[in-house]
Amino acid sequence: MLEQDPGCHLPLTRRELLLAGASSAVAAAHAGARAADAEPPARPLKEVPTADITLQVNGRAHALTLDTRTTLLDALREHLHLTGTKKGCDHGQCGACTVIVDGRRINSCLTLAVMHPGAQVTTIEGLGTPDHLHPMQRAFVKHDGYQCGYCTPGQICSAVSVLDEIREGIPSHVTADLNVHPLLSIDELRERMSGNICRCGAYSNIVEAITEVAGGTTA
Amino acid sequence: MRPFTYERAATPAEAAAAVARQPGAKFIAGGTNLLDLMKLQIETPPHLVDVNALGFDAIAPTPDGGLRIGALVRNTDLAADARVRRDYAVLSRALLAGASGQLRNKATTAGNLLQRTRCPYFYDTNQPCNKRQPGTGCSAVAGFSRQLAVVGASPTCIATHPSDMAVAMRVLDASVETVRADGRARTIPIADFHTLPEGHPEIETALEPGELVTAVTLPKPVGGTHVYRKVRDRASYAFALVSVAAIVQRDGSGRVALGGVAPKPWRDPAAEAALPHGAKAVTDRLLAGARPTADNAFKLPLAERTLAAALAQARAA
Repeated sequence: MLEQDPGCHLPLTRRELLLAGASSAVAAAHAGARAADAEPPARPLKEVPTADITLQVNGRAHALTLDTRTTLLDALREHLHLTGTKKGCDHGQCGACTVIVDGRRINSCLTLAVMHPGAQVTTIEGLGTPDHLHPMQRAFVKHDGYQCGYCTPGQICSAVSVLDEIREGIPSHVTADLNVHPLLSIDELRERMSGNICRCGAYSNIVEAITEVAGGTTA
Repeated sequence: MRPFTYERAATPAEAAAAVARQPGAKFIAGGTNLLDLMKLQIETPPHLVDVNALGFDAIAPTPDGGLRIGALVRNTDLAADARVRRDYAVLSRALLAGASGQLRNKATTAGNLLQRTRCPYFYDTNQPCNKRQPGTGCSAVAGFSRQLAVVGASPTCIATHPSDMAVAMRVLDASVETVRADGRARTIPIADFHTLPEGHPEIETALEPGELVTAVTLPKPVGGTHVYRKVRDRASYAFALVSVAAIVQRDGSGRVALGGVAPKPWRDPAAEAALPHGAKAVTDRLLAGARPTADNAFKLPLAERTLAAALAQARAA
């Protein structure tokens, strides 16, 4: 099914409103400068380049026309209103924006939406619902794998992928022997989850939650 | 981020020509470094050429027994490749020592080589920086330089190259394959791929405008014990203060390259000849031209000790 960008129904999107505000501020600043320096009149802002993209998010297709600068994160949050994915640092350092694209976890803040035609995007909303939690969501609740909860959607998307990566035999920095299937251990989980920062420090409970879902006991 | 136009290239020649045509245009592949820099307006390309549809995502054997790694092979896939793990373990280890799982899933082989320095003054657009704005001066020389280069730098720039992967590529004698805007291909030895700042820190590689990396090739395996040892401020997800890529043979001979100390992976075959005499003999020669600051002079003894630890690890393997 194809859905239109909900933002398109509004006369002005939030971004356009901000841009309009910025351009009037620029115009005002230039007006002031003109009086002093007799500069030529300020030119209006050039039209911002856009691109059409169809994103597959949580099994549904969404046709969007986006400013080319729109990150996948902003497309999810601002255009599709899937606000479960969080913006933390917006520079790939904190992991709060982690989503799963074509089966791989990535930082949605460091990729452009227009770069993902046809890709299958899974966000926290696509993993489970309040009535039917994903096993990883249930385990985070059971083990108290959060305090404020802001990093939690990213932690959970990352954790689901980490277990897939171990299952696929992808090694990590702490894997002792590169030619042996990596173990499920506390050291492995901590290393593999190092791209997800939790300022509340729920790390030990996060490791317990992931361990339970993996069906193992960590040494 | 400044506005930019965007296109998805269908062929390598088309991509190279598109970037060469428009001043300031850039290729984008993984985007994990470029988009970070664009958000800070350190990079302001008016046009992006997406190269993700070009293929270049295979790792294939070469006729002479080596491996040809497509430019778009993701860091995770390169580190996990069974042939790389078995025959070029130093490369797997270096990749796995860098970034986070999320970033390695997106970052590409070519993009890793082309990533920019993490010098704090390069990142702070309020500060002079010869790399970011040629001719404005270097804030790092008299500034906070703990992370920065001790060797191979110049008074105009003391930034380090941040890659772990590139250090392993250097010790493996990799070659970088490219295609230029006019469609001609060439091969650049990794030793010549990254350039030293001298008077032009804004130039970081031997690439011409519009020249596109298509693959990185590894010569046939050289055997030996492969070690990548990285010293950093956190146990994971941090850039190297010092790193050592080493391949050590049974007779004690081998190869060594250092990361975190220079504007490019730092290797000198003459210094390697001293390997049987121990770490100090190697680093004395390898870092002979070092000019550290008060903040980063610790890197000289740290490099020696990290190499000693790497050699001990190789002996124990």
